[in-house]
Amino acid sequence: MKPSGKFSMLERPKTGDRTDETRPVAFRGAGFAPKAGRYSGWIALVLAIGLWQLAGSAGWVNPLFLPAPSAIAVAIYRLAISGALWQHLSYSIMRIGTGWILGTVAGVIVGFGIGLSSLTRGVGITFISALFPIPKIALLPLLILWLGIGEQPKIATIALGVFFSTAISVYSGVDAVPRNLIRMAQSFNVPFHAIVRRVIWPGALPSILAGFRITASVALLLVVSAEMIGAEYGIGAFVLQAGNLMQTDQLLAGVVILSLFGLAVGRVINWLETRLLHWR
Amino acid sequence: MDLIADHISHRFGALEVLDDVSFTTGAGEVVAIVGPSGCGKSTLLSILGGLLQPGSGQAKLRGAPPPDSRNPLTFVFQDFALLPWCTVEANVAFPLLHAGLSAAERQAIVDDALRRTGLADFRGTYPKQLSGGMRQRVGIARALAVRPAILLMDEPLSALDSQTRELLMEDFIRLLADGSMGAVYVTHNLEEAVRLADRIVVLSRRPGRVREVVAIPLTRGERGDINARGRLLALQDDLWSLIREEAVEAEREVQHA
Repeated sequence: MKPSGKFSMLERPKTGDRTDETRPVAFRGAGFAPKAGRYSGWIALVLAIGLWQLAGSAGWVNPLFLPAPSAIAVAIYRLAISGALWQHLSYSIMRIGTGWILGTVAGVIVGFGIGLSSLTRGVGITFISALFPIPKIALLPLLILWLGIGEQPKIATIALGVFFSTAISVYSGVDAVPRNLIRMAQSFNVPFHAIVRRVIWPGALPSILAGFRITASVALLLVVSAEMIGAEYGIGAFVLQAGNLMQTDQLLAGVVILSLFGLAVGRVINWLETRLLHWR
Repeated sequence: MDLIADHISHRFGALEVLDDVSFTTGAGEVVAIVGPSGCGKSTLLSILGGLLQPGSGQAKLRGAPPPDSRNPLTFVFQDFALLPWCTVEANVAFPLLHAGLSAAERQAIVDDALRRTGLADFRGTYPKQLSGGMRQRVGIARALAVRPAILLMDEPLSALDSQTRELLMEDFIRLLADGSMGAVYVTHNLEEAVRLADRIVVLSRRPGRVREVVAIPLTRGERGDINARGRLLALQDDLWSLIREEAVEAEREVQHA
């Protein structure tokens, strides 16, 4: 008899009347548990960049359309030593930082209001549902009319985009705090403000931090869009300008910097999560 | 201090869960509430502890609470209700944070509660690191820290395995031994009821009514004796015969719903 066929459980011993023969139970629990190898991702990345470099160096692609990674690295280096990189980056960071902080502070306050008070909830959810779906960049022209052509409309666009996502993630986080913990606190006569600070805030924090991850990418998207619409400095303006001048290496240098910026922000949020949510 | 259920009725929407329930828990007395699933046992306890407003009737207190009690009616929850972001020590200290105590006074109370529940070596651990039994010990330590007059225990052992349950039951017997604390003990486990309670309130199936109040004619100390086993088992059988038919009907009802 075969040691283990695919349907060995249903297979009958060929010997017919011999029932003392044993056969192993076929293993059928394999698969559905993908594990990322420790280095496989990095190896693939290096291979892809190597291939790209090879295509550039061998002249398989026109560098005007796709410059080689080495050319992009050189472009970044030149930008760095000329000081242009810092100038553009500092404008973008200032806009993102200010807009994100304003939007986050307002979003956390409104989100807690909606999560804790019936009146705020009724009004707030209606307004947020109505305004959240608007692509915030569409409001930039209106904000320029209202606030002038300086930094304010760009910052306000970012703040608006961040505000709605934050408010939603905060009130969903407050809603998701286990009711039994709130009842427990009430059963010990813990005052309202202390329940908010010691039960609801930490309970909602995982959802709030997850919201930060979303709002960080919203802010990055909006700053680039706003800078492309009208700005002298900023990574978005720089990328657009490079495109107009057919300086593809500069353009991709800007894209790489945006990607690195996004990665760095993700790292900061990871760090915050391990620091603040170590109890999970 | 006595805790009185005074003609309590309650409904959730169209669903009538409690119908005119009355009984009294005296000072230092342990009253178990048993009954088929869905008979409103936990609802009754929430009403008694002031976490739910009854449709009609009232939960009342009679007499002064013990002078050193910070929370005369204190819950022990089925799901432990521990703050997962707080250590064992911080969970036990939680109800004391706004009690106007100095840090040293608070620490002394917490230390005492941890010692009485055998948690002194676990003060720095987080709930997720602990077994179910140890988590419930944290819940009990937290309750002890506020010196309750009456513990309101909502199926405190039903989330635990049978061995852990046995160990915690021994803890309860020890903690209740000096008679300084009473308890209302909601359970569906008749063995827990006959081993811990002085009196057992048997509720009917939904809407819960008091069907019978059974007094246990042995002290808790006597019940540990091997010779008492037979009498306790007989009591348990009597209770089961009171509940069985209704439990069958209650079960069918839930399945149809």
